[in-house]
Amino acid sequence: MRSDRRRAPRWERASPFTTACAALGLLFLHVPVWVIALYAFTTEDRTYQFPPPGLTLHWFEVAFARSDIWAAMRLSLMVAAVATLVALALGTLAAFALARSTFRGKDSITLLFVLPIALPGILTGLALLAGIRTLGLEPGFWTIVAGHATFCLVIVYNNVVARLRRIPPSWVEASSDLGARGHQTFLYVLLPQIATALLAGGMLAFALSFDEIIVTLFTAGHERTLPIWFYNELFRPRERPVTNVVAVIVILVTLLPILGAYWLTKPGKEVTSG
Amino acid sequence: MTVATPRAFSLQGRNAFYFTLYAIDEFTARIVPEPTLATYEVLLTQPAHIDIIVRTVAMAIAVTLASALIAFPVALYMARYAGPRLKALFYVGILLPMWTSYLVKVYAWRLILAKQGIASWGFEQLGLMGALDRALAVPVVGGPSLASSYLGMFVVFVYMWLPFMILPLAAALERVPNTLLQASADLGATRGQTFRHVVLPLALPGLAAGSIFTFSLTLGDYIIPSVVGAPGYFIGMMVYQQQGTAGNLPLAAAFSVVPIVLIGLYLALARRLGAFDAL
Repeated sequence: MRSDRRRAPRWERASPFTTACAALGLLFLHVPVWVIALYAFTTEDRTYQFPPPGLTLHWFEVAFARSDIWAAMRLSLMVAAVATLVALALGTLAAFALARSTFRGKDSITLLFVLPIALPGILTGLALLAGIRTLGLEPGFWTIVAGHATFCLVIVYNNVVARLRRIPPSWVEASSDLGARGHQTFLYVLLPQIATALLAGGMLAFALSFDEIIVTLFTAGHERTLPIWFYNELFRPRERPVTNVVAVIVILVTLLPILGAYWLTKPGKEVTSG
Repeated sequence: MTVATPRAFSLQGRNAFYFTLYAIDEFTARIVPEPTLATYEVLLTQPAHIDIIVRTVAMAIAVTLASALIAFPVALYMARYAGPRLKALFYVGILLPMWTSYLVKVYAWRLILAKQGIASWGFEQLGLMGALDRALAVPVVGGPSLASSYLGMFVVFVYMWLPFMILPLAAALERVPNTLLQASADLGATRGQTFRHVVLPLALPGLAAGSIFTFSLTLGDYIIPSVVGAPGYFIGMMVYQQQGTAGNLPLAAAFSVVPIVLIGLYLALARRLGAFDAL
């Protein structure tokens, strides 16, 4: 808010039209999310009638009693956890290898790392499937993990590279001068600095993997992750309100880590001198 | 798992491409591992396949244009007019739906666009039911309900990719120097003139960057066209179906090369417009 009484000059004020359009645009982005939350409580289970005739908590109870949901949920959580661990290890290694060194072909290697999120998922999925078949592997848990790790790795890599660039090289030099070995420098100097970046990258990767469907459909074989369960339910619904409840749970499981990651990487939060 | 090494990444890409050079034996339905261009011939000579490509590209262009139109005021407001607090609110307000589960959002739209769903309820409340019926009566884009028409699919695509347009656009608009707007106003330009001659040209790189996302995301998507909209096929659905139920991996791979080529062309065009300065 401006405190002086002078009105802002014309080029600093939004026209009412712009303001209205901006508000409507933002509203447009939010309506569907609230709709799902509302429908999870509806008493109507046949149609998508709006407004809902009544509200109930009954469907949460039904959803919690369904073993297929729990199985899909467990698989998704496990895939996300393993894919995140793989991505954390490989992404960090890649970031360290590429952050400060320059060598021939570095740009193309960087490009290869970023490609899995730049390409449409269907291409990654099809390419992975072709690769799996060529290698004669049986699609299942580990192929899902491998597929997810390709894009989770990018997230971790990006986060860690960005953080490494902000650590002054003199810190590492000082550590070496004082006689620290490579792993000591890593453990006592670099790791504390990149810890929040790792945590944030890991949380994002976890949320992405938990929610991923496009690549998963190609690599899952007969396994059913929660998004695949959801996808099947879209075409052959058994109990619609249960799907709504699962939708709300999925939103919470993906959004909470993302908000956490956002908070961890907020400017001004990272470098603690100490 | 070796998949996560760069060498394996390029292996995957090569694999998908090699498969396009193979063809399927029509009698045994097995892949013949000998290089041939027959699959590309099937891809580019069958009218049904051309239809799919045209339909997908037309949708991608329409979605890109509409996203740009809707995103512009939002980006303009948050980049130039909102105070620091409101701006942070806008950012969170855009990131939150963007990061919400993709499938859940598609599902939500199915609820909204269904025959008795919120969309028709809203149109009725506003007394616009006649307008909705007339829009649905339009050949090609219309259909029995919003959920089973290209119009509905278009709305869902625009919704899904809108944040990807807003963010680069806002980044570009934030970098427009105030002095230019001031000078334009001082020289007597109206708001509209300043917008047309100063703001819009400077926002072009942002628009181009955003349109890369909306364009390529629409080209590659196969979930939305199979959940919402008319029964016509899209490129992504074709890839998925050909590798799955039809078992024709070479044709699936050939179809997946179409978006790669189109996006490649589009990137070359965008680079000319300076899109990569705004990423």
